[in-house]
Amino acid sequence: MSRPQRAAARGGADEVLRGLSPALLTDLYVSMRRIRRAEEMIVQLYPEQEIRCPTHLSIGQEAVAAGVCRALRPTDTAVSTHRCHAHYLAKGGDLRAMFAELYGKATGCCGGKGGSMHLTAPEVGMLGASAIVAGSIPLALGCALAASLTGSDEVSVAFFGDAAAEQGVTHESLGVAALRKLPVLFVCENNLYATNSPLKVRQVTPDIAPRAAADLMPGVIVDGTDAVAVYRAARTAVARAREGGGPTLIEAKTYRWREHVGPNFDIDLGYRTQAELDRWMAKDPVTRLARRLLRAGVLPAARRQALEAAVEAEVADAVAFARSSPFPEPESLYADVD
Amino acid sequence: MRQIKYREAIDEATRQAMAKDERIIVLGVGVDDAKGIFGTTRGAFEQFGSARVFDTPLSEAALTGMCVGAGLRGLHPLLVHARNDFLLLTMDQIVNNAAKWRYMCGGKLRVPLTIRAIVGRGWGQAAQHSQSLQALFAHVPGLAVIMPATPADAKGLLMTALSMDSPVICLEHRWLYEKSGPVPEDPYYIPLGQAGVVREGSDVTIVAVSHMVLEAVQAAEALAADGIQAEILDVRSLRPLDSDSIARSVAKTGRLVIADTGWKSFGVSAEIAARIGEALFGRLKAPIRRVALPDVPTPASSALEQVYYPGPREIAAAARRCLEVALPEESAERPAPARPRDFHGPF
Repeated sequence: MSRPQRAAARGGADEVLRGLSPALLTDLYVSMRRIRRAEEMIVQLYPEQEIRCPTHLSIGQEAVAAGVCRALRPTDTAVSTHRCHAHYLAKGGDLRAMFAELYGKATGCCGGKGGSMHLTAPEVGMLGASAIVAGSIPLALGCALAASLTGSDEVSVAFFGDAAAEQGVTHESLGVAALRKLPVLFVCENNLYATNSPLKVRQVTPDIAPRAAADLMPGVIVDGTDAVAVYRAARTAVARAREGGGPTLIEAKTYRWREHVGPNFDIDLGYRTQAELDRWMAKDPVTRLARRLLRAGVLPAARRQALEAAVEAEVADAVAFARSSPFPEPESLYADVD
Repeated sequence: MRQIKYREAIDEATRQAMAKDERIIVLGVGVDDAKGIFGTTRGAFEQFGSARVFDTPLSEAALTGMCVGAGLRGLHPLLVHARNDFLLLTMDQIVNNAAKWRYMCGGKLRVPLTIRAIVGRGWGQAAQHSQSLQALFAHVPGLAVIMPATPADAKGLLMTALSMDSPVICLEHRWLYEKSGPVPEDPYYIPLGQAGVVREGSDVTIVAVSHMVLEAVQAAEALAADGIQAEILDVRSLRPLDSDSIARSVAKTGRLVIADTGWKSFGVSAEIAARIGEALFGRLKAPIRRVALPDVPTPASSALEQVYYPGPREIAAAARRCLEVALPEESAERPAPARPRDFHGPF
């Protein structure tokens, strides 16, 4: 047994990590780091005007996608929203195909038809995303229904934001899933803002999860900046769903660092304060897990740096691939419809 | 050939398709109850049971999205609504998801999904239970829209829809449900996008939609009594639309009347008129005439319903105008149209 493994087996000094393998914890870190660096690359490249689609960045929210998807199998399915980069990558979507899609290239994961808001990778269970708030949620019910009717133990996940709780179809979906005990995880990333509108002017309570009680399903609130906590909550919900126990609503409290859409910070707009942003940045999910794993002896600095270098190379390769890929042929405009 | 009713043809198509393809499930409010959507789904419930035919909450948007998701994962849901007005609750799922998912993901996934919905008429159902909304759906790339007018077409088109792996909306006029016609017993498939020639003629082409096909046949009989031979085409599917067959017929007759169950403005009759105008401008012998609903919501009173719905009289009058034939003398007072003999309330 290696030193990190022994430390993990002991739980180190960190009770939160107890019982979780170094491989799993390292996966969580690498998954978040890949999302972070990919999106920071988008920030860097966006001014070049070659990524010609709206990009909704998840910087600050990586722990939710990483934690939930680590609790899934590749055969489990997920659907997402306009802010879908993190879910696509955490579910195992190809980074080259993502950047190519952002660049509108034929080699993109959607052949250039979808862009940033509709990333899809069916080979790893990422079934796509709707850019209409709450629009994709019922699709997860259908995936779960298909699984239950065919005797499979697959589960499905609907990722959505806090504003989805204001949409009727969300409540319809919770009700239908609970009624039929569908193996679904409803994962709400509560980042406190819908575009620039704060939660408190949109909803009567600060919490989304209590809505689950109305449909007699568990509603769990979790720290969305803590990938380990998210993973544990998701693992419990997945196990329940696989065993026929029905759906769970997980609300992850999280925060989007940058503007609603685009690469910039937006404190100048006045709808939130620098102090608020600073508080959340101090809880940076990526560096926080790195520090925790270092302290626990799970992921020493040298090993982490090697993994980070690999992520850097992967991102650079993906960008180069996207840039050098061809645009779609004009006739592809008419393909894949009717 | 044996004769069965339109609703029986739908029931038979559903059961035969389900027997051939275990991916097909049927769901919707009331599909398994004793009435089973006017007798069209109860048979499937009795044959295949509650795992494949099941009642649902009145959550039309979530159900439609659930059907899209189930389609992505290999099922072919048949979602049934007792009125097409209820589809308005599901427009995000139909227009933004069902119609576009395949395109948005570059063809990696497909959405096999058939949605049946009924067009109501009469018995005072008023503005929210008797709309005929085919134009809304036919406007959207990625959707197919069929409107069978005969029992044989109902079976053949529905069988085809249930064999496809893309979304199809099947709109069924309630007044067709009790009509009988010859229907082969074995499964068969009518391709989408092929109009049917209901009656051949050389003087004027009448292109009709759904129940207007039956009204056009009555109009053609009246015209024939005056020596006018009308050719009737049943469009059968609106998207894809068989423009070629319509153009061939109009090229022969030089005159076109379009009879639609929907509103006139921005509707199916406008689209067909535009296509024929583009294709045959110099060969038309008369302006294209349209018979469709006036641009008002459906009224409840039977007195107003009689004014609202055009019928054989209006279709024949439009044809005579194309031929510049004087209209038959009418009293200034509008005659009370005959009430349909085989349809009565309550619904």
